[in-house]
Amino acid sequence: LPPLLSSPLLSSPLLSSPLPLLSSPPSPLLSSSPLLSSPLLSSPLLSSPLLSPFVSSPLLSSLLSSPLSYPLSFLFHFSQRFTTVVPESCMLILLGLVLGGIVLLTSKKQLYQLEPGLFFLFLLPTIVGDAGYFMPARLFFDNLGAILLSDVSLCSDQKVQAGLMEFLLFGALISAVDPVAVLAVFEEVHVNETLFIIVFGESLLNDAVTVVLYKVYMSFVEVGPENVQTADYFKGVASFLIVSIGGTMVGLIFAALLAFITRFTKKVRIIEPLLVFLMVYLAYLTAELFSLSAILSMTFCGIGCNKYVEANISQKSRTTVKYTMKTLASIAETIIFIFLGISAVDKSKWAWDTGLISCTLIFIFVFRALGVVMQTWVLNWFRLVPLDKIDQVVMSYGGLRGAVAFALVVLLDAERVPAKDYFVATTIIVVFFTVMFQGLTIKPLVNWLKVPRATNRKPTINEEIHERAFDHCLTAVEDIAGLNGYHHWRDKWEQFDKNYLSKLLLRKSVYRKSELWEVYQKINIRDAISVIDQGGNVLTSARLSLPSMASRASFPEVTNVTNYLRENGSGVCLDLQVIDNVPGAKVEEESETHHFLAGNLYKPRRRQTLHDSGDHERQDREIFQRNMKSRMETFKTTRHKRHSHKKDRSQKKRRGSDVKEQDLNDKPRRNVSWQDKDPVVVPVESEDEKGEHLEPEKEEDVGITFVARKVPDTPKERPKSVPAGLEVCQSPSVAPPSPTCSERNLPWKGGIGTLPVCVSMEATKIIPIDLQQAWNQSISSLESLASPPGPVEPLHPRVSALSRLGGQRPVSYSGSGVSGSGFGSRGAGSIVAQGIARFEFPPGGEEKDEEEGALSDQEQELQPLMSSSVRPPGPPPPPPLAQGLGRRRNPCVYLRSLVTAPPPGSEPLARSRGPTQL
Amino acid sequence: MGSRASTLLREEEIEEIKKETGFSHSQITRLYSRFTSLDKGENGTLSREDFQRIPELAINPLGDRIINAFFPEGEDQVNFRGFMRTLAHFRPIEDNEKNKDPTASEPLNSRTNKLLFAFQLYDLDRDDKISRDELLQVLRMMVGVNISDEQLGSIADRTIQEADQNGDNSISFNEFIKVGNLQHIYVWAGDHYLILTYILLSVLQDCLCSSV
Repeated sequence: LPPLLSSPLLSSPLLSSPLPLLSSPPSPLLSSSPLLSSPLLSSPLLSSPLLSPFVSSPLLSSLLSSPLSYPLSFLFHFSQRFTTVVPESCMLILLGLVLGGIVLLTSKKQLYQLEPGLFFLFLLPTIVGDAGYFMPARLFFDNLGAILLSDVSLCSDQKVQAGLMEFLLFGALISAVDPVAVLAVFEEVHVNETLFIIVFGESLLNDAVTVVLYKVYMSFVEVGPENVQTADYFKGVASFLIVSIGGTMVGLIFAALLAFITRFTKKVRIIEPLLVFLMVYLAYLTAELFSLSAILSMTFCGIGCNKYVEANISQKSRTTVKYTMKTLASIAETIIFIFLGISAVDKSKWAWDTGLISCTLIFIFVFRALGVVMQTWVLNWFRLVPLDKIDQVVMSYGGLRGAVAFALVVLLDAERVPAKDYFVATTIIVVFFTVMFQGLTIKPLVNWLKVPRATNRKPTINEEIHERAFDHCLTAVEDIAGLNGYHHWRDKWEQFDKNYLSKLLLRKSVYRKSELWEVYQKINIRDAISVIDQGGNVLTSARLSLPSMASRASFPEVTNVTNYLRENGSGVCLDLQVIDNVPGAKVEEESETHHFLAGNLYKPRRRQTLHDSGDHERQDREIFQRNMKSRMETFKTTRHKRHSHKKDRSQKKRRGSDVKEQDLNDKPRRNVSWQDKDPVVVPVESEDEKGEHLEPEKEEDVGITFVARKVPDTPKERPKSVPAGLEVCQSPSVAPPSPTCSERNLPWKGGIGTLPVCVSMEATKIIPIDLQQAWNQSISSLESLASPPGPVEPLHPRVSALSRLGGQRPVSYSGSGVSGSGFGSRGAGSIVAQGIARFEFPPGGEEKDEEEGALSDQEQELQPLMSSSVRPPGPPPPPPLAQGLGRRRNPCVYLRSLVTAPPPGSEPLARSRGPTQL
Repeated sequence: MGSRASTLLREEEIEEIKKETGFSHSQITRLYSRFTSLDKGENGTLSREDFQRIPELAINPLGDRIINAFFPEGEDQVNFRGFMRTLAHFRPIEDNEKNKDPTASEPLNSRTNKLLFAFQLYDLDRDDKISRDELLQVLRMMVGVNISDEQLGSIADRTIQEADQNGDNSISFNEFIKVGNLQHIYVWAGDHYLILTYILLSVLQDCLCSSV
């Protein structure tokens, strides 16, 4: 038994393939033009006596039928009423019936019909290849359907008559949803993409299932049902897996091969289309040769190679491939349906059995629906946009049976399956019913259910802008929610694709060229053409000459013709009224704007295309600068606002809040003079304290500077977080304070040192290197701005004192430095430096200066933290003096990097201070 | 991390949040741990600066707008409840409007609320209209520096003209709804299904990590 079973299962070449053809590699001629060669090749197979002169061979008939059908379908396409009601495939079948009737009348005997060999070798590949090649790949992978559908096939056959096995067999083939029919109908209906892909993809995969099941049952039937053992069922399942996976693999291998070959066709453009057809077809034949699922193989070959091949081959080849494929596919489709009609007429081939037919129809319906509901139920667990009821209805209704089932049933061996004639009849009826009835009604159904249709129109500008805004919004929320996994796998794949596949499979020139550039070129060409087209209408001859000036260099931002026109002939294009009056101009303008936006809108981080990383960096930088600037500005403006609002109460408030703050932070020490407590407090202070400290102060935030200036001498309000070292200034020898000076050395910064720990390693990854400096600074500055509005007061006396009393500092610091003695001395150094630096700033820049002061002050505290958290541990900090010098320039650096284009200038400067950080 | 967060968050709180926002238990704990890690002050609320410290937001053109969206008017702090309420806008739209709770108004993740959220990103002065200036601001944020103001202005004009139905030269929320193509919003929602799945995944990851 086992040998008997396994041999037909796994080793037999697919039933339908004529061996001589397969064993010899197909000639280019053959594979490149299946249509032409197929009738030629199959006509001898038919061994037709030339009875009727004009329709004697398939060649003639197909040649006849396609010219005949084309005007017809053409006609249908143009008569609105017809096309809205009748899908083309129905018309083709009807036409086939008519043709068949004529033939039958003239010759009394049906001489030609849909030959499986013809069908599988030539017609099916063209259709599937077309579909696979043009299928939007991203949507394809919803393939759970196939497996569950085999359930349907298993279920659909507890019926009358004959052996169980035969019905299993029949169930298998009748359950196949036919890609051809589905394609034909769904393309007409224009359902939305997702639905289309699901149904179509399902039917493609179904083909694999069907063929395998068919073969399994076939062998079962051959063996005889009583001899089948359970192990054989498992073998059936295994062979199904092998067939489908194998088919896919073959397809992918050929895809890679094809992409690789097209890399080298630069000198011989002419063979590019040929290569594409050849390889895709070869994938089909190879899979068929190994009894793998040829359809799967071909589909995956098409899907896999599309991206690379499209990029590799020339524009002309692309067009050729596209139109040839489409043409071939639609010719093949036409032929299939016509054949179907023709062979249905021949009564000798089939026998009618009402019971069987009606049962089949009912079961098909019921189990299709059941299967769909079940599989969508499963699918919805995984899908992002779940399939709803309406989709399910359309899916189950879209289960059209077609030529595959028919071909398979015709192929049955009448000797082994005595009921063949019945099966044939039933299949024909089912096919007719599904294609005609369902095909006819699916359109009204879709309308009635309001299934979202595919929209071909371009998104409006509004949509484009809003969508982009949403994208940014989403990205931001992701970041806030702390998710890095979004698009994780796609990212991975793209990475792989970029690093390996593209390098291997794409031409170097292509690989380097950015997509953006190509799009731009295309649009430019189109624009130029339309400019000339509209010449009489919109543009005066003077304007027409504008594009030819090609003075792009002088208009760097004007990147293309229409842009240019808009700029220069603004009377024409900017005035919307005028545009409205000129047909076409609006559209033009619109698409132009789209392009414009597409090119210039910032892209959300993760959806960045692969090719323009440089672009990305630039974008990051721009946004970063702008953000920082705006943060600064908002800070300033709010402060201004509050300034005016709070002028009067500020002082009191400040005092009050300070007291409160001290209460909160540091109850036990409240009454201790700060000199005493400082040494203790600073080291003790924890993040928690700071947190509390932050909160109540929030509101006060803004008033700081103002107060500080007015009340330079309120030492008691000083928060406990003041760096301990500053106590020195308490010494009687304090110099008269300069107000600005004091502001800049916001003392309370000292306590916040730990905050910026949050600037994690991430920052290094995300933010362009040259911006990291600025980032770190801004973080700290923001923190300082935001955080304890702490009494700004009395610093300056101390500072200036410090600058004089340099020698004493280390002592006081050593005990109390925030993060150790080393730090303490450094901090002191920088404070000195700042004290000096202060005077360099023009008085007008007060606010900014202050921020900088805050910043640098803050920074000095952060230094050790940043170096530990953000940067790899570096050499020990330089002596205080050097640091101080570096620091002095620092504020300027920061400012510049925020406000203007960052690096070149700031880089060296930043580096001058670098040693501490690196 | 995850375990710590869950201990800090009381069960009844989780329940309330769950009811209000529709997030699942694990999502809430996961987001809570994120919340605490953002919360440098550890005082149970986030300030603007806490958000601004997220490095990715610094390179997001709309980052600050979105941060603002987390804060109710006039407030400077947002607690976990508020945080979750804002995030709930990004949950996928539920098809099956079971509405167990008829008293509750529209769920936060309804289409309208999503759109409203987006709308308010533009509408700075909260007058329920996107004026040309407001639009320009957003456009300016989203567009590179090499676009002139004039160009941007014409784009804004076009945009408003396209959406404006009552001729007041601004986009009202109703007009905004009509313009914001359903399908895109749908995709928008769909994407976030993914995100939240990833939240789940990362919870798993957390568990794995902590067990190891």
